[in-house]
Amino acid sequence: MAVTVRIPTPLQEFTQQQDAVEIAGADVKEVLANLDGRFAGIGQRLYDEEGKLRRFVNIYVNQEDIRFLQGEGTAVSDGDEVSIVPAIAGGL
Amino acid sequence: MSLHHPRAGLPDEAPPASVNASTARMSDKSVLAGSSALIVGVGGLGCPAALALAAEGVGRVGLADHDAVTLDNLARQILHRTEDIGRLKVDSGADSIFRLSSEVAVDKIPQRLTRENAARIIAPYDVIVDGSDNLAAKLALNDACAAAGKPWVMGGVLRFFGQILTILPGRSACLRCLVGEEGAGARGLDCGDAGVFGAVAGFVGMAQAADALRVLRGLPPAWSNRLMTADLWKNTVGSVRVAQDPDCPACALAGSGQTKIPARRGALV
Repeated sequence: MAVTVRIPTPLQEFTQQQDAVEIAGADVKEVLANLDGRFAGIGQRLYDEEGKLRRFVNIYVNQEDIRFLQGEGTAVSDGDEVSIVPAIAGGL
Repeated sequence: MSLHHPRAGLPDEAPPASVNASTARMSDKSVLAGSSALIVGVGGLGCPAALALAAEGVGRVGLADHDAVTLDNLARQILHRTEDIGRLKVDSGADSIFRLSSEVAVDKIPQRLTRENAARIIAPYDVIVDGSDNLAAKLALNDACAAAGKPWVMGGVLRFFGQILTILPGRSACLRCLVGEEGAGARGLDCGDAGVFGAVAGFVGMAQAADALRVLRGLPPAWSNRLMTADLWKNTVGSVRVAQDPDCPACALAGSGQTKIPARRGALV
């Protein structure tokens, strides 16, 4: 089962500048784990030291925030789109 | 002789009445002359936003920034010029706005917005445009605007990437609904990490001004409950839905005047 993971510009340094990658997984947690397995380092930007998804990183499945679905347990299906949307704080 | 018209040859379709009404409200200058906007941070976002608001006819523009102009600011902070290096940004910015229109009253507030002074600084203004460069300042602004019931337009830029979220306190998702509490692990990504492309700051700042103008004219903002995302390297603009968090402590205090935001269980602070 593969979904398209949309990578935001600030994290594309981990994905060889790709803005979308195909990743397998049955739910969001598995997809993100497989993403980190394929692109080392990206997981540290998504998760804190306790293994929790950083609060300023928002994950959407087909445009729906997973916080209002089943969190990282949200199931995904072939062809779904998982978007990573970090909050950007710069303005200088 | 016939005049060339872009709609020549196209079916004569009138736009819906609601579109006509909105267009009329957007072009009515009299509403703006009596309105006011505060720019927090006279930098990459604040400069284009201030210019757009002043040029459009907003009667009073506040500029809040404690910093002075440096050489590296000039690539994207378009109110400042080479001869302004070393001057306070509020002084340089006010001069540029005055050159554009002497009819705009400009308030110079040479202070960094903090959790302690935010309520006082935002109080006189109808809408706030965020050009701050760190998550702590944005959250302080979020909480002060929530407490005062002030609409504000959050902006962020990093490299070629930009975001906008317009917040109508109590009526739409706020920044805390999006990012939660400040603290370790919740710093957000700021441009100190990787720099910012000047054009994306101009694009986002102007788009923030556009949404602020919609608020001032009583029209629904384009970017409330939707986070605008732009990538100016690939020239793409998109958005994702942002829902109000039912447990958001800032939304719970909307319009209360109370600025102390209680931490949630499991908060990072």
